[in-house]
Amino acid sequence: MRGLKLFKIRGGVHPNANKQATHDRNIAKLPVPGLLRIPLLQHIGSPAQPVVKLGDYVLKGQLLARPQGAISAPVHAPTSGKIVSIGKYQAPHPSGLPVPTITLKTDGKDEWTQTWEYEDPFQMEPAKIAEIVANAGIVGMGGATFPSAVKLGLRNRYQLEKLIINGAECEPYLTCDSRLMQEHAAEIIDGIRIMMHALGVTETLIAVEKNKPDAITSLEQAAGDHPGIKVVGVPVQYPMGSEKHLTQTLIGKETPARALTADLGVVVHNVATAYAIHDALRNSRPLISRIVTVTGAAIQNPGNYQVLIGTPVSHIIDCCGGLKNDPEKLILGGPMMGQPLPSTKVPIIKGSGGILALTSKEVPMKDPSPCIRCASCVNVCPCGLLPLEMAIRAKAGDLDGAAEYGLMDCISCGSCSYVCPSHIPLVQYFNYAKGALTEKQRAQHKQEEIKRLIEARKERMEKQAKAKKEKLARRKAEMAEKKKQVSETSA
Amino acid sequence: MSTVLTVSGPFTHDNTGIRRTMALVMFALLPATLFGFYIYGWPALYLFGITVIAAIMSEAACLSIAGKPVRPFLFDGSAILTGWLLAMTLPPWAPWWIGVVGAILAIVVGKHVFGGIGQNLFNPAMVARVALLISFPLEMTTWVSPQPILDPASPGIVDSLIITFTGDYHLDAVSSASVLGHIKTELSRDISLDQALTTTYGFTETVLGVTSGSLGETSSVLVLIGGLFLLLMRTISWHIPVSMLVTIAVISSFFHWIDPDGYVAAYIHLFSGATMLGAFFIATDLVTSPVTRLGQIIFGALCGLLVFVIRTWAGYPEGMGFSVLLMNAVTPLIDHLVRPRIYGRDRKGKPVQYPVNMENRND
Repeated sequence: MRGLKLFKIRGGVHPNANKQATHDRNIAKLPVPGLLRIPLLQHIGSPAQPVVKLGDYVLKGQLLARPQGAISAPVHAPTSGKIVSIGKYQAPHPSGLPVPTITLKTDGKDEWTQTWEYEDPFQMEPAKIAEIVANAGIVGMGGATFPSAVKLGLRNRYQLEKLIINGAECEPYLTCDSRLMQEHAAEIIDGIRIMMHALGVTETLIAVEKNKPDAITSLEQAAGDHPGIKVVGVPVQYPMGSEKHLTQTLIGKETPARALTADLGVVVHNVATAYAIHDALRNSRPLISRIVTVTGAAIQNPGNYQVLIGTPVSHIIDCCGGLKNDPEKLILGGPMMGQPLPSTKVPIIKGSGGILALTSKEVPMKDPSPCIRCASCVNVCPCGLLPLEMAIRAKAGDLDGAAEYGLMDCISCGSCSYVCPSHIPLVQYFNYAKGALTEKQRAQHKQEEIKRLIEARKERMEKQAKAKKEKLARRKAEMAEKKKQVSETSA
Repeated sequence: MSTVLTVSGPFTHDNTGIRRTMALVMFALLPATLFGFYIYGWPALYLFGITVIAAIMSEAACLSIAGKPVRPFLFDGSAILTGWLLAMTLPPWAPWWIGVVGAILAIVVGKHVFGGIGQNLFNPAMVARVALLISFPLEMTTWVSPQPILDPASPGIVDSLIITFTGDYHLDAVSSASVLGHIKTELSRDISLDQALTTTYGFTETVLGVTSGSLGETSSVLVLIGGLFLLLMRTISWHIPVSMLVTIAVISSFFHWIDPDGYVAAYIHLFSGATMLGAFFIATDLVTSPVTRLGQIIFGALCGLLVFVIRTWAGYPEGMGFSVLLMNAVTPLIDHLVRPRIYGRDRKGKPVQYPVNMENRND
């Protein structure tokens, strides 16, 4: 690792890490709750389609819903029990809108089903590995929840050179990846080797922020002398965990706008994803649980827990000794990019790395005041944008103006909002404007498509009419000719 | 929109705030201000107090007329700072109404006419300072020689009230030209710089600020210390002050090297008049300066150039106020033209391209 040249990334902020409360807590298994609420949309893409019926008895690891469409992921039973409802339930999303959800009444036996046969992954075709990863329902565990198998299949379209494993964990409070790296380094390295085989690359860089020396040591020991696997300590700088910025730090190249890191020959996966891939290929287990950091000053016993997917947040908080005092904010994920929980009834999903119960002291929220053009947001933006100019336009509803200032290049890291002395919710404006702009572009595309079809139809009709007319004229001429001939012959 | 605002992160915040920024700037101004009170005595203190109070009252009046919440805006410190900066640029023994008219011009015309904090195109303190200079040239150029506050020869508390409120005082006895004013006058009388400099303050006096001049501008060293403190606290960045001071130093040195008799040395430009205050406290005003670092360097350099040009070839001995205002007018243009390069794009906004790009893509 030493001697690898690192490259600087622009801007960024240094929020208070606040990881001390959970950093030294070993991962503990959480008791199985009575009911699991398993959403069928825990990933980017289309929701999974249920394959079980109401009243079915399912075993742990059994397929509950199969993927639908090119970008989707299956969902499995996290434990054994009975299906008591298939319907809609509040999702862990700020909208609080319901999504298709299967409810499982657990029976406490935790009995496994037969999943798939074990085979040596290194004897497998790369495509077969991607297939098992797809069948195991593995998605990006860092929070993006993009189906991992799709990323493993990138070798078909790109000449890949490097695998980067994202163990930066730059979000404050979260330590789930850090604990996983310390306690399961060997499994992570094995998962990485399987991914390298699947991707056909010979070099892997595992990037860990330098504030996690224990994790770096564990990984270095586990990596041993595996050729091509290097552990790299990267600077402590938010948003180091952004895929494109991490890639830039390690290889010095910016991912071209609107392209993938694969354009640079690089694929980035999260450490927890590597662990899940190890579990799927070596133990034939689908993704049915994840490590969650439960912390914040309002939590009685903060810690890291292995939690079954679908476990209600309220159950997790109860198992952590409940709340000390009323939290100002309940957040799913980290404090920079996480989302507020609409209620504690919502379940944990594959991409949730943390539950934070923050007190008012930890959430220094103030009412926004006018922008004083101090340019703090310009200086910290890791994407080289002018957040203050974009915000003026987004606020006024001038979406095209905001887009002209690079709205769609914003990665929503929130560094601008974090530093703004006027407490202007900049990134919130951008998220709103991005949604509205996408919607507008979709509508515009639709309109253009309709216009094109109408014009095509008009043209077709005109052509038809013209052809008909010509045909008629031709026939008329023919008739006249015939008549003439007839009259001539008769004459 | 309101639901969007309440539901998304970040849920943590840096220890920043407008009030904190303003407080740091005032703290940085404190040494030079106290020094100004010391060398110009009680009248300076009175004028300062009047100007700041008038600024606060104007702010309160504007806010209430505009129907904005008075309390949060009044206590963000920006009005106090505007009044403070204006007072620092005034002749220390100017009559009370100069401070009041100036404060009203700064807050009402310079700030609230544009829409209040963050909206103004021009630096409010400089709007007032320049408007006063043009409207009341006599009062705005009547300087006094240093009258240390504890010196028995300087006016006492009561006499000082007379100076500030009635102007009924023999100013001729104590008046004295500022360094830049003296040089300008002498040069215009075809007196060589050599001779002109012997009849005004020396190097040490100029740098320390024991000269006649504006209330808080003369002590370049103390202003510089305050400016360095702001740099250290990251309240301001180095780009504007450094580019401005370097430009002034380079240009004035060049002309002084060509014609030492006709052009003053760089140190006089750097340590006289409003140079230091302008470079660290006026031109760096967040609202009216460019937002990008390159833009700030351009802004600072052009400001410096204008200061030299006005001082050297224009009718006024001091050009800081005019320079800053002229450059304020250019700021929107600089911000429009100079933008940071967006991640993953070249300067023209096209996605960056590497030769390997095409190789990496199989299709």
